[in-house]
Formats: sequence, structure tokens, C-alpha cells
Amino acid sequence: MGEDADTRKINHSFLRDHSYVTEGNTPVVLPHPPAQGVSACPDALGRYYLLDAEWVDSTFFWSLNRSSPKNFTPYLALVENMEGESIFEVDSEDGVGADIISTVEFNHTGELLATGDKGGRVVIFQREPESKNEPHSQGEYNVYSTFQSHEPEFDYLKSLEIEEKINKIKWLPQQNAAHSLLSTNDKTIKLWKVTERDKRPEGYNLKDEEGKLKDLSTVTSLQVPVLKPMDLMVEVSPRRIFANGHTYHINSISVNSDCETYMSADDLRINLWHLAITDRSFNIVDIKPANMEDLTEVITASEFHPHHCNLFVYSSSKGSLRLCDMRASALCDKHSKLFEEPEDPSNRSFFSEIISSVSDVKFSHSGRFMLTRDYLTVKVWDLNMETKPIETYQVHDYLRSKLCSLYENDCIFDKFECAWNGSDSVIMTGAYNNFFRMFDRNTKRDVTLEASRESSKPRAILKPRRVCVGGKRRKDDISVDSLDFTKKILHTAWHPAENIIAIAATNNLYIFQDKVNSEMH
Amino acid sequence: MLGKGVKRKREEEEEEDLTSQDWWLEETTPSPNPEEGASPAPLPPSSLFNLSIFKLHHGLRRGEPDLRHLVLVVNTLRRIQSSMALESSPPEPPCPAPVDPLPVAPDAPLCTSVSALLDDLSHIEGLCDTQTSFSEDIPLSRPPETGLDPGRPAPLGSLELLLEDGLEGLFDDIDTSMYDCELWPNLKTDSGETEDKIQGQGLDVSELDYLMDVLVGTQTL
Repeated sequence: MGEDADTRKINHSFLRDHSYVTEGNTPVVLPHPPAQGVSACPDALGRYYLLDAEWVDSTFFWSLNRSSPKNFTPYLALVENMEGESIFEVDSEDGVGADIISTVEFNHTGELLATGDKGGRVVIFQREPESKNEPHSQGEYNVYSTFQSHEPEFDYLKSLEIEEKINKIKWLPQQNAAHSLLSTNDKTIKLWKVTERDKRPEGYNLKDEEGKLKDLSTVTSLQVPVLKPMDLMVEVSPRRIFANGHTYHINSISVNSDCETYMSADDLRINLWHLAITDRSFNIVDIKPANMEDLTEVITASEFHPHHCNLFVYSSSKGSLRLCDMRASALCDKHSKLFEEPEDPSNRSFFSEIISSVSDVKFSHSGRFMLTRDYLTVKVWDLNMETKPIETYQVHDYLRSKLCSLYENDCIFDKFECAWNGSDSVIMTGAYNNFFRMFDRNTKRDVTLEASRESSKPRAILKPRRVCVGGKRRKDDISVDSLDFTKKILHTAWHPAENIIAIAATNNLYIFQDKVNSEMH
Repeated sequence: MLGKGVKRKREEEEEEDLTSQDWWLEETTPSPNPEEGASPAPLPPSSLFNLSIFKLHHGLRRGEPDLRHLVLVVNTLRRIQSSMALESSPPEPPCPAPVDPLPVAPDAPLCTSVSALLDDLSHIEGLCDTQTSFSEDIPLSRPPETGLDPGRPAPLGSLELLLEDGLEGLFDDIDTSMYDCELWPNLKTDSGETEDKIQGQGLDVSELDYLMDVLVGTQTL
């Protein structure tokens, strides 16, 4: 069965896009690459795909790189790391802009991890079941399926191109053998169904093996077709397209705990959809002023409560959170609760509003708390206390004196996401210079880590980083002025149960695992 | 200047963004130098004001403006403007630091001299005219090359040519749901938009085509 396992890996290394024509079911097989320099593999349409991966002991990462034929460079790595060594020459800095990862999301069990990118593609990774034979590949994520979710569209009325960039992906809770997810760009949400096929029927009466009709005179007896095993194939198909629901740009989607409805939010409105109905949606929040001159606030993020299907929250560009109850009224313009922290007069500046704009809001798994991210901090809010957050953590306070420059280069408008761990005891968010931060709510300790190839040496644990703001400078400290503001970690995700995190750094995806403490504490 | 409908290649767009920004930084602000130990000096409100106006220009020139970005820049502009208006009457204090407490002023009506950039965004036809006029007028919005005197309010006079009607109608263009509604009844959009300027009923195909041509044809005006 060892060979079958190899074949399965190879199958999923390549792009199983439902719209591509592949030559039969035989994947293109690459020779196992030498340590340096490998060959490239074209798909049936003549496009070259580069995949490389590097395994380090407690960390490993994937780098998915796609280039069109004119950018073709003759280096390709096959997705294989049986020995647990770093075996590929990394070449992903050449990645085109379309490969920039724009969203990362684990499914409800953590078995699958989906990423969306600026080019409208979705890549799904699947965690290999742990096997005693290969301890190094325990729990490793491999490419499971890849498909083109959204294409660029042209809005003829406004003469505008609608970007294909995937803004958000949300998994539906699994209800049968298939997996389903919602993916959205600025305007259109799509429901995708991911199914596996590992058997095919053989022994038809009227058709032969190639599908040609048999000469009926040769058929002397009837047979019952039997299901024979075949190489596993992953098929992704679009099941619903929810279009024309939004005038403005969609920034969030959230599946309700009732598993029947979901909501989508744009800058000014939130719509409620039924998963089975695509031709209409129900508008539940509308903050568009009667007079557009009076527009001073937009919706920045929204999410359904994990347990109460009538409750949802949305955040605004002014730093407020509104908890709404759909039982109270059909149009939830009046909030049930308003969470807002008064401005700190000592920290006031022209940029106070911009840095208070909430870029992400997430309910805790317990449903008791909410986590918000604004430009400089992450805050934990108790649903029972509206006046201020119960905890505030500084992500990169050293940027407070640099707000002017960050306003000039637009970095001050960057939207960082945040995440809870499975037990709601640790929170995580990204920062600049490929740094990301974790805060332990119980011990009040925090750590800064870096997601980069250089710092991820083989068989090494990630080393905590430190940013120094002048004064004493330790070895390996980074000075504030040397931070690279083009390397921002906007998208992060935490496995729902284990200490596994997925970090998107531009066009690289890093998956880090806590080997020492796999269990949650 | 590319028309609104043509999507520039990502590399071109990024280059253009960079060069525009570089130009701005060269002219007015000391670029943050990694070698410098201290953080850069805070910009005087007048420079910040000009910077915000530039951002507004730039943001609105893009194919489809980022509403959040726009709203935040406009709100910041209003803050700066109120602060400058209040400071221009009493004797000018020394260059205010960013932590200067803001006057708690209600949304003061914008001065006529600091009126809006783009209120003709409400008409697609007008947009192209606006765009072309902006590209000509941008050089006028440059602050004087002699350097800014922090004690003096920004030379608003040069901006008057650009600013016409105040910030009214700044966001009018963004919402085209009035077009989404009646004209194509099989498309279901958000409920409630009834502001239709176009008679949706009884349009036949040839009228529809003509209308489409007009709308798309304005690109070339």
C-alpha cells in the first residue's frame, strides 16, 4: 500500500480544477527531485506550476507559487518530504501578485485548511492521519484540492473591473461525506462542494471499458456492474452562486449556528441568506445615511454568535461594536448592545479615529467573549460589559509615534485579523516584518514570533523576537526603524482544537505546530 | 490617463502608486530614514491637510474607491480642518505635536475655501471631466517649494480651483443601486432603493442598447 499512498500524494499535488481538461485520470508523474534543481510540470493548458515545501522539525511551511509560461523558471519541487528534511530550493519570492494569500480558514475539525488568494484561487490542504510508520509526517498538511473560485468580472454599468480576490472563506459544518465552503470576493458569494471519489463502476452491459457502445449481438448474458476502487479523486463543484446582493464591497461572511443561513456584510449593509436560496436575501442591517454627505462610518467586520442563532455582532470604522438580536426586529438597525471604549484623551491625535477602526471581530469559542483588532491593539470584550473591554493587549505600541509616516504610506489602513485558540486562553494576531504575536490571557505573557524562511531553521523551535525602541538593545533585536512594513501578516488562523496555526505571509503559507504541547491547556 | 474601465496591470498600478507617493514625499516631508535614530518630526497640520487632500484625490481617481479608506480620510480631514480653523483665529502656537488636544468641536461647516473635491461623482458623465481636470490641476495643489512655514495656515487659495461644492455629494457616486433596481428587474438587489432616475418600465431593447452605449461611451469623452 506504500505505493498507493505515494500515488495519492502525487494526485493531490496537482491542480484538480473542475474546469480544466486533464488527460484522463493519469496525473503527470514527476521524478523524485534531487536536492537542488528540479523539473517543472505543465498542466493540460500549458501552465506551469511550482510547488515547494520545506520541513523543519517543529515548523513546516508550504509555498505555493504559480507562474504563467512567460515567467517560467525551471525549478519545481514536488510535494514530498518522506525523510523530513528540507529538500527544495525555495523560489517563491518570484511569485506574481496573484499568489498573495488573502484569507486562511480551518474547517470545524481542523482536518482541512483552506486558503484564498488574490487571483481568485482556493487551495485546500488536508491533514494526513497520523501513522506510526512515518512519525515525521504526523499531522502534516498536504494539498488536497485546488480550484478557481472567482474570476475577474467586468461591471459594464459602472465600467469597473470586479476583483477576483477571495476576501473570505468560511466552512460549513460537515453534514455528510462531502465538505462545503463559502468563498466570496467583493460582490459574489459561492458555495462549493468538495467530494471524494475513490470507486468507479465497472462491468456495464451496454458500454465497454472505454465507454463505447457495445455491439449488442455480442452481449450474451447480463452482469451487474461492480464498484471497483480507483485512485482517489477530489472533485470540487459550485453548488450555489449568491450574486447581486451587494452594492458595496463584501468584507465578511459568517455561517449561522443553525446551519441553514449565513450573513454577508459590505461597507454599509448586512444581508441574511438561506444557503439553498440564491435569488434573494434579506437585508438586516443598513447604515447608509439618507444623505450620503452624512456618511461618517462604515461596517468593517461581522460575525454570528457561535451558539445563539439570533445574535450577531458587527464592528465599525469608528471602533464600536454592535450586538444585534434578530428576534427584536426584522431590520436590526438598532443594536441590542453597543460596545465602545471612550477615547483616551492623553493619546488623542488626528489619527485617533483611524487607529480605533476595528479590522476584525471574533467571538470566543465559548460565546462569552469577543476579540477585536484595531491598528495598535487587540481587545477582549465581555458580552455583559459594554463600557470597555475587559482586556487590552498592545500589539506594536512602538508604532504610536510613527502614525504620521504610516498615514503617508497608507500602512495605517492595513486590516489585521485576530484569532482565538481552541480553549480561548490564547489570542493571536499578525504584525509587520512578518512578525505575529500571541498573548496568553491567563499568564499575561506574550511572545513575538517571525514567519520567514530565514528564521525557520531545520529542526529548530521558533525563536521569540523582540523589537527595541532605543535604549538597551540586545543581540538579535530588531530596531523599529528597520521593520519591513511591506511584510505584513494580515491573515492568521488557529486550529479549532490543537495548537496548530496557519500564518499567511504575503504569498507564503506557514503552518506551525506545537510539538511539545499538542494538547490544549 | 487611463479611463475608469480599463484595468491597469498590477505592476503598472503599483509603480504609479509608488511614483505618486514618492513625488509627494520628496516635495513635502522628510522621508523616514532607517539610519536615523529618532522618529521623524511630526507634520504640521497644514501638510497633513494637503496630504489628506491628495489621498482623497488619489482614492477617488481609482476605479472603485475603497469606501472605508475614503471615509477615514475624510473624517481625518475634517478634524484637521477644524483644528486649523480654530488655530488661525487666535495667535498661532508653535508647531503642534500630534498629541495636541483636539478642540471638541461639532462638525463645523466646511469653509467655502476648503470645499469638496468631487461632487460631480454623482454623474458618471461628469466623472471623466473631473478626472481630466484633476490631472491638470494636481500641480496646483503642491505646497510652495519654499517650504512650509508652520506658523502660517496652508495656502488654501491654490486649492480653491479644485474645490467646488463642499464635501456634499462626495460619496454620491459610490451608491449606484439606483441603477441596479428597475432597469433589470430580474436582478434582485438590496431592498429599498427607490431613487430611480431612469424610467425602468417599458424600456425596450433598442433603448437599453442606446443607454448602454451612452454610459459606456462616456469613457472616451
